[in-house]
Amino acid sequence: MLHQIIASLLLFACLSNIGSAKQIVHEYRLANGMKILVKEDHRAPVVVSQVWYKVGSSYEHNGITGVSHTLEHMMFKGTPKIPKGQFSRIISENGGSQNAFTSRDYTVYFQSLEKSRLPISIELEADRMRNLILDEQEFEKERQVVLEERRMRTDDKPRSKVYELFMAMAYASSNYRYPVIGWPDDIKELSIEDHRNWYNQWYYPNNATLVVVGDVDPDNIFRLAKQYFGPIQPHQLPVVKTSGEVQQYGTKRIQVTLPAKLPYLLMGYKVPVLNTLDESQQWEAYALEVLAGILDGGESARFSSKLVRGQQIAVSAGAGYDMGARLPSLFLIDATPSAGVSLEDLEQAIREQIKLLKTTLVTPEELSRVKAQVIANKVYQRDSLFYQAMQLGSLETVGLGWRVGEQYLDRIKTVTAGQIQEVAKKYLSDQSLNIAYMTLPESNNDTSKESKQ
Amino acid sequence: MMQMFKSRIPAIRLLLGVILAGLLTPATSAVKIQHWTTAQGVPVYYAHAPGIPMVDVQVVFDAGSARDGDQYGLAAMTTAVLDKGAGPWNADQISQRLESGGAILGVSASDDMAALSFRSLTDPEILDSVIQTASTILAEPTFSDQDFNRVKKRVLANLKHELEQPGSIAQKQFNAAIYGSHPYAHPSNGTMDSVKALHRDDLVAFHKRYFVSANALVVIVGDVSRKQSESIANRLLEKLDKGTKPGPIPLVSDNVKGHMIQHQFASEQTHAVVGMPVLSRHDPDYFTLYVGNHILGGSGLVSRISQEVREKRGLAYSAYSYFSPGKRKGPFIMGFQTRNEQAQEALKVLNATLDTYRKNGPTEKELESSKKNITGGFVLRIDSNSEIANYIAMIAYYGLKLDYLDTFNKKIDGVTVDMIKQAFQKRLDPNKFATVLVGQQEAQKQN
Repeated sequence: MLHQIIASLLLFACLSNIGSAKQIVHEYRLANGMKILVKEDHRAPVVVSQVWYKVGSSYEHNGITGVSHTLEHMMFKGTPKIPKGQFSRIISENGGSQNAFTSRDYTVYFQSLEKSRLPISIELEADRMRNLILDEQEFEKERQVVLEERRMRTDDKPRSKVYELFMAMAYASSNYRYPVIGWPDDIKELSIEDHRNWYNQWYYPNNATLVVVGDVDPDNIFRLAKQYFGPIQPHQLPVVKTSGEVQQYGTKRIQVTLPAKLPYLLMGYKVPVLNTLDESQQWEAYALEVLAGILDGGESARFSSKLVRGQQIAVSAGAGYDMGARLPSLFLIDATPSAGVSLEDLEQAIREQIKLLKTTLVTPEELSRVKAQVIANKVYQRDSLFYQAMQLGSLETVGLGWRVGEQYLDRIKTVTAGQIQEVAKKYLSDQSLNIAYMTLPESNNDTSKESKQ
Repeated sequence: MMQMFKSRIPAIRLLLGVILAGLLTPATSAVKIQHWTTAQGVPVYYAHAPGIPMVDVQVVFDAGSARDGDQYGLAAMTTAVLDKGAGPWNADQISQRLESGGAILGVSASDDMAALSFRSLTDPEILDSVIQTASTILAEPTFSDQDFNRVKKRVLANLKHELEQPGSIAQKQFNAAIYGSHPYAHPSNGTMDSVKALHRDDLVAFHKRYFVSANALVVIVGDVSRKQSESIANRLLEKLDKGTKPGPIPLVSDNVKGHMIQHQFASEQTHAVVGMPVLSRHDPDYFTLYVGNHILGGSGLVSRISQEVREKRGLAYSAYSYFSPGKRKGPFIMGFQTRNEQAQEALKVLNATLDTYRKNGPTEKELESSKKNITGGFVLRIDSNSEIANYIAMIAYYGLKLDYLDTFNKKIDGVTVDMIKQAFQKRLDPNKFATVLVGQQEAQKQN
């Protein structure tokens, strides 16, 4: 049994005397391979508990896309010990709130509770890790629920739909091309057997991490975990193939016409992430992170000050980069043109901003502003137990390890203007660019009828 | 998952859009609210929250869209332009001043209130600068033509964007139907026509009338002392005109007629919104209706509506009910989204669920379970500084008692099955409901 306690220190040096905060993460591993991370926060007598499984849509393949997500729904349908509906009811009667979510790289189940109720959630999660009843009739109903969820989240939302189609175009071979909720035809054709297979491949302690943050005693959590998860047998997991992305050799474009009211632009450059960079190259991910802040880190950032206020070419423009993804990802830009501005002109204005990053060093003021925001946000994040647990769980589950979060601030602080220019030149190139235009149909008519009851 | 009661408090704009968890013992809230009045007569509400070197501040005005008059969207537009230029600074300079210290500031308007909120580190140099910036924004906004015209275009674009969202269309038509000529009837961000008709001078006049110390209150939660908080409040408000309190918002008429509105929209799903105006923050039935709704449609998957519509029949991903209490009667709302063909079926199930509930009330067991969830989970409601600040702003704005959080569980425990049954029979009248369906519907005959 491996039992280690790692104390780490988060220092908020520089930027005057913000003071230092000592936050300890306790790490344990059960004999069956399950990992447990505990972070104490004694501000209130509450606790957040999350179970993270290393499986999500990027583990799927054509034909079964969406199975991770529908299985997540089925996880509430009962076990021999806890019949259908009882999981939600028990947590509710214990004053808790709970839910689950699926993403590209993980499936997560969580509860928030008054601290004395934590054993209940651990017991229930351990029970459904291996004892789920996968009933065909229940699944048929849930399939309809998930199809409604898809209609609500994607099919009736033009921007979500264009995002989905954009991803499927941008990634030629990477599993990031699949929507998390799955393609409609796949959802319609998934079988209960597909769910049994998926459950029996991935839902084991050696593929899971328990993250607990709150007013708790770490050793006590470890004892609870050992008591409930300890007896579950580990299992040989499928070999996860790299499923990387093939080289792109030029700009790819897609034009989508949907019944929307505003045109919309999406751009994405292929970029590496921490997980896929060698240690000596990891600074690139931090530089890309700061670069995103230069473009879109608030009202004073370039997109707001130049495109929205200065040129007034966009009513909104954003940039984002997820350095914590498991697989190589996209540096994303999205924007809505001002009335009368074409998508072509908007794209051109954004390209000018990208070009500027390559030709001219960002100013010391911009760099220090982004770093100040990162430092402040690190403090603000401590107001949310859920967010803290999310950070530990996601880093651990994509394979980076939670300690990467502890280094984040120091690594961001070392980013230089020269490095930002270097990653801009290296990665924000036409060769790896993907663009989607959402244009509007010629006309659409809505009418309203009223009758008095 | 659905909220049980939709807050009318404008939330602080946070960078982390996450679900929050945890705080404080079940017996008492342990949120100690201190209250005083500044030299200019502005009430201040403060809770000390040590542990994280940051502070959340809200300056709240009785200046929501209920004060728009016939210029729909005026309050929202005033707040949207407010922080784009003030004193000697333009929008670039203001945002640089705030963001160079990592501060987050937002200004917003809901039906009832307008608020400037910020979150800052407590480092004195940073906080001083943020307070100076915020106080100048409140008292000396520039409202330049350039900023006004740009923001107006953005607001018009947002209104247009909402026209591609069936849920948003349904909500607006519902409010228009149930509120008639009351100021709650129009959308806070106005309409295309009303926003186009606004002038810069309208914003100047709205600000001059409503952004005054006689109409303000301040909420401070964070790692700052009482003495520091006194100074923060004084400095934030020192430049504001004294002004006068506006008159009361009109009462909502009880003379409501039933409506059935079908709005044709090219979506795969039909969005349904059903309900009527019911609940103000001061209603004597407040806690009874709150607990009653928790059982009916406010407790996620275990609620009756979710069980009937989603769990038993697979008709929707989300089906719910909630009260949205305001200064005046806010709406009781039930809703769902489902594919067009089965919208009528889902609507029948929804209405039948309410009818059964009104007729028989909840079971003792349901009531017991809901009470356990609400009181047992009370600590989760005030688990973070941002949530505490929002609660205090709500208590302060609506003039609730300062022990609201301390007595919350006791009031929940006092609710009985009979009280719920009677309140739902007396206060809800399906004949007065507006039913709005947005989607591809065949015209239905009504009797």
